[in-house]
Amino acid sequence: MRRVAITGLGAICALGRTTAEVAESLRQGRPAIGPIESTDVSEIRFQNGAEVRGYCHQPYFDDRRADFIDRFAQFAIIAAREAVAEAGIAWTPELRANTAIVTGSCVGGQTSEDTGFREVYKLGHNRVHPLTIPKTMANAGASHISMEFGITGPAFTIATACSSAAHAIGQAFWMVRNGLADLALAGGSEAPFSFGMLKAWEAMRVVSPETCRPFSKDRKGMVLGEGGAILVLEPLEAALARGARIHGEIAGFGMSADACHITQPSVEGAARAMRAALRDAAISPEAVGYINAHGTGTVANDVTETAAIRAVFGPHADRLAVSSTKSMHGHALGAAAAIECVATLLALRDGVLPPTANYSQPDPECDLDVIPNRAREAQVEWALSNSFAFGGLNAVLALRKY
Amino acid sequence: MERVRKVIATSKRIPLETVTNESDFQQLGIDSMDAVEILFALENEFDINIPDEEVRSVRSVRDMCEGVEKLIAAKAAEAQAGQ
Repeated sequence: MRRVAITGLGAICALGRTTAEVAESLRQGRPAIGPIESTDVSEIRFQNGAEVRGYCHQPYFDDRRADFIDRFAQFAIIAAREAVAEAGIAWTPELRANTAIVTGSCVGGQTSEDTGFREVYKLGHNRVHPLTIPKTMANAGASHISMEFGITGPAFTIATACSSAAHAIGQAFWMVRNGLADLALAGGSEAPFSFGMLKAWEAMRVVSPETCRPFSKDRKGMVLGEGGAILVLEPLEAALARGARIHGEIAGFGMSADACHITQPSVEGAARAMRAALRDAAISPEAVGYINAHGTGTVANDVTETAAIRAVFGPHADRLAVSSTKSMHGHALGAAAAIECVATLLALRDGVLPPTANYSQPDPECDLDVIPNRAREAQVEWALSNSFAFGGLNAVLALRKY
Repeated sequence: MERVRKVIATSKRIPLETVTNESDFQQLGIDSMDAVEILFALENEFDINIPDEEVRSVRSVRDMCEGVEKLIAAKAAEAQAGQ
């Protein structure tokens, strides 16, 4: 089995439009949650979100190209461009054929779908724009990345709600580790701020009317986010041979299904995914120094995740640091795990653990070291990035400092 | 509040007679997702908006009936004030 290095990072989300901007926001512990601007929310019970504020397709895409690409897929391409440029890949036809693309998206091109369906349902028109289907499909991100770089290898998209990007990165990691691909672009993107989507989240009563306060006693729910993040994965030996900058390693991946309830999380399911990731990385629980939590800020998730971490780590749970960066970049659904994987890698690479922002009151049922409000300097070798989706489909990545 | 009981029974797909004023949600096997479905159905049935803060403490059919009655009364008062 080959060791798998991360040689390129790209990210765009509420915290910034490049990985460097995102890193700076995480370091400052600065939440990017504020009033939703891209959609009229006057008829919605919550008003706040974590948007890429003021986003416009220019200067990233000319008008005609942007006509074909929903906002969520634009985020995937922007992140992929940054990651590929930074990795300094020298493309050859062989490499293009042996490169995999695996993206995650939970809801696809929601704003395009919403616009199209409003035409027939509300405005009473008899036709929908012909690009509604290709803009809405969840695989549009992977497809446009392949066209952008001429990549002709295996490419696909995974939809496992809030775990989508973790499953995507995990599959790409295994493909590179096992020699099924020589390079992979993996991550996820999402842009869920359509009126219909916001109404659907409102009905679930899990979105906070104010901000997102993971693990805090006064937490009131999640806050939706958007964005995209892409990682370049390649065999460590190949990366060293070409003198690439190595940001870190993906060393393990674990999955599980709760087989329990369509929305309520399970301690045992989450714990099994973490144990599987540790086993895949061949490390003991005591090796882990930091966990980037799923940490949605809902009553149910944070208690369940705390119990699952205690079940896996035993007494070591009191010696490791855990934080939820969703407190700053919101819950970007199918992109969440990709943004959080980048945040986790930056923590290992730069020796700065991102905080859980907006934390105000300890909760005895979430009694972990959650790095409240201020980033912390710490050299950590191993970290986990947790994702526990609605539907009980869990995915955990194990990352290693290089 | 016969209508509230009926909404709960229809939404949860259980016989109406199992839903009494004394039943609590736990006894009826109503979990958090069932509860948001019931709230949705009640909002439609009575044309009211049930705020998230109001529902946190609701644990029983009686609590639910009282809450709905309060919201209906508030709506009627508002309509009267409007006239």
